[in-house]
Amino acid sequence: MSFKPLQSLVVLALAATFGAPVLAQVKIGVVTSSTGPTALVGIPQKNTVPLLPTKIGDITVEYISRDDASDPTNSVTEVKKLISEQNIDALIGPSGSPNAMGVIQFVADAGVPMLAPVGTAAVVLPMTEPKKWVFKTTQNDDIIAKALVEQMAKAKVKTLGVIALNDPYGENWVKVVGELTARHGIKIVATERFLRTDTSVTAQSLKVLSASPDAVLVAAAGGPTVLPQTTLVDQGYKGQIYQTHGAALPDFLRLGGKKVEGTILAASLMLVLPEIADSNPSKKMAMDYIAAYEKLNGSKPATFGANVYDAGLLLQKAIPIAAQKAKPGTKEFRAALRDALEQTKELVATQGVYSMTPADHSGFDDRGRELITVKDGGWKLLK
Amino acid sequence: MNLQIAVLLGQDGITNGAIYALLALSIVLVFTVTRVLLIPQGEFVAYGALTMAAIQAGQPSAVVWLLVGLCLGSAAIDVAQHLLRSERAVPLRWLFAGKLVYPAVMVLLMYRLPLATLAMPLQIAFTLALLVPLGPLLYRLVYQPIADAPALVLLIVSIALHVSMVGVGLLVFGPGGASTTPLVDAVLEIGGVRIKAQTLCVIGVALLLIGALYLLFGRTLYGKALRAAAMNRMGARLMGISPVFAGKATFFLAALIGAMSGVLIAPMTTIYYDSGFIISLKGFVGSIIGGLVSYPLAAAGAVIVGLIEAFSAFWASTYKEIIVFTLIIPVLLWLSLTSKHVEDEE
Repeated sequence: MSFKPLQSLVVLALAATFGAPVLAQVKIGVVTSSTGPTALVGIPQKNTVPLLPTKIGDITVEYISRDDASDPTNSVTEVKKLISEQNIDALIGPSGSPNAMGVIQFVADAGVPMLAPVGTAAVVLPMTEPKKWVFKTTQNDDIIAKALVEQMAKAKVKTLGVIALNDPYGENWVKVVGELTARHGIKIVATERFLRTDTSVTAQSLKVLSASPDAVLVAAAGGPTVLPQTTLVDQGYKGQIYQTHGAALPDFLRLGGKKVEGTILAASLMLVLPEIADSNPSKKMAMDYIAAYEKLNGSKPATFGANVYDAGLLLQKAIPIAAQKAKPGTKEFRAALRDALEQTKELVATQGVYSMTPADHSGFDDRGRELITVKDGGWKLLK
Repeated sequence: MNLQIAVLLGQDGITNGAIYALLALSIVLVFTVTRVLLIPQGEFVAYGALTMAAIQAGQPSAVVWLLVGLCLGSAAIDVAQHLLRSERAVPLRWLFAGKLVYPAVMVLLMYRLPLATLAMPLQIAFTLALLVPLGPLLYRLVYQPIADAPALVLLIVSIALHVSMVGVGLLVFGPGGASTTPLVDAVLEIGGVRIKAQTLCVIGVALLLIGALYLLFGRTLYGKALRAAAMNRMGARLMGISPVFAGKATFFLAALIGAMSGVLIAPMTTIYYDSGFIISLKGFVGSIIGGLVSYPLAAAGAVIVGLIEAFSAFWASTYKEIIVFTLIIPVLLWLSLTSKHVEDEE
């Protein structure tokens, strides 16, 4: 291990001898699921790529965007190609949790830092040798869950029913919520699963209803968040319904209509931007991003796009630091980039403030989420 | 579990089962007549639901351009065959003119009608008018040129068509899901049990369609011709029943049933561009129970699938899908042990 400082010394000496690389170019691979079942997540991410910084100091940054069609096998193929053919310095993507899980081993083997805009905390937790190369630009489930469970405790919820998606996202939520509620003396009385493709969750919601919990948490992402809630309401459930940040989509309001009024969820401040105090440093970043996105695409971005935008901000900060140590396109540069990313402190981005540590590669704290409710068909800050 | 929950689960299971039954029937119908396993059946369901949702939202749906494209493609082939004067050439007459006029009328209606304010039956009729012709057109363009190919080739082509139709669905309808307003928005209370009027509506329409099919195949000449073609293709051909006609007619019915199922199911759930596959797969399990030949068994099987789905979701929601699809194994075992082996007719 002693050769590493020596190596970087040599590189530094070389860099000093030949002067700073004036026309240095960094190549960033971007893999999104802009087609296929995860397209709802991937399309705003792909549309965000043109907004990423193309010039950092005197380093130009080239983005190579690829689509994996939501297929994990495809993600691996695309990532391998980007590494071997394009010699990328860092990777942003993929969009889906299973897709990201699949590529971790390959980016770690090649020593390429990966900024994953995915929901599941499993890409960075528990920290292992390969996952050292992965940074996650979304709030970890436990930060969101903590906010929700604390709110439940405040509202004197004693029993909770959970309807979760039968996939890694739902699975992780069941685990996280189970631990947190136990700490607050809230009892989980029913845990039911459903599938994204289900046309009916009547049976699951009946099971939850028959346990008559004070509140119900729906742990799902995207469009499927709606069906369990509307079913519960149709069957006459009167308690409070909680949703995860997976529901933080315009689709949730559009599909849910009146039946999702009063839902409580915790998510990024982007949803309730006008209500956020100007003193919140993320407000300006988020407004700038939304304005730029609207100008380019003619529509408002979903928070998934901001996850990619934040990845760009993280790289913007880390690339100049790494460039002082090594020349872009080399293994040393990528290692330095990883180190620089890991040392990111108090970086203000659209969703909150990032402070990475070797143990925490997501880096959000309580500034990364707001408690939000649905009122009159729109998002409102919960007061 | 008390009686009330059992009734609610039964109601849910039968509602879904009714949709699966319709799809199972059309899968059996298409398979017996053309030997095509209609995997894209589910796409008609998704298209139906999403087109209906677009119309109710008052947005002209780009699906009309798919119709235009297929009509023009089909017309172009007619012209080419006419020019080459091959033996299959159709004289360019009314049908050909229809292929050009019909899509033009549909485009005009799509962009001129006040879609959102139309009466619900008209919205449904317009959805069907847009989607049902896709059935025969797809048969004309995709299956008719390879109608004599081995069943395996037809199956592979079906999978290809399914994948392309899902892709086109994403292009036309976008990745977001949609649901529509119920046909009738009311809840009936019978003996303390809440029954949604929409549920009765689904079951009613399903029974109506099944009854209509029964009459069609039992009482009309065209229906009997289709049955003949299903029983013995060569024999039917010798009796002057055109296999091209039989193919187009079955695809017409399949598209009608599929699109109608989509319209029926759309108010109860959220449909995405790729939701159709899993729905038709459950219809397929039903048709397997019917051995891919028997209509009543297929329909009954599909209703059973719906019921098992509802009850297993209640008892063990984690394993629901596994339970439903594992059902196919004992059925296949039973079928392969009891049925006589028939040589593939090639």
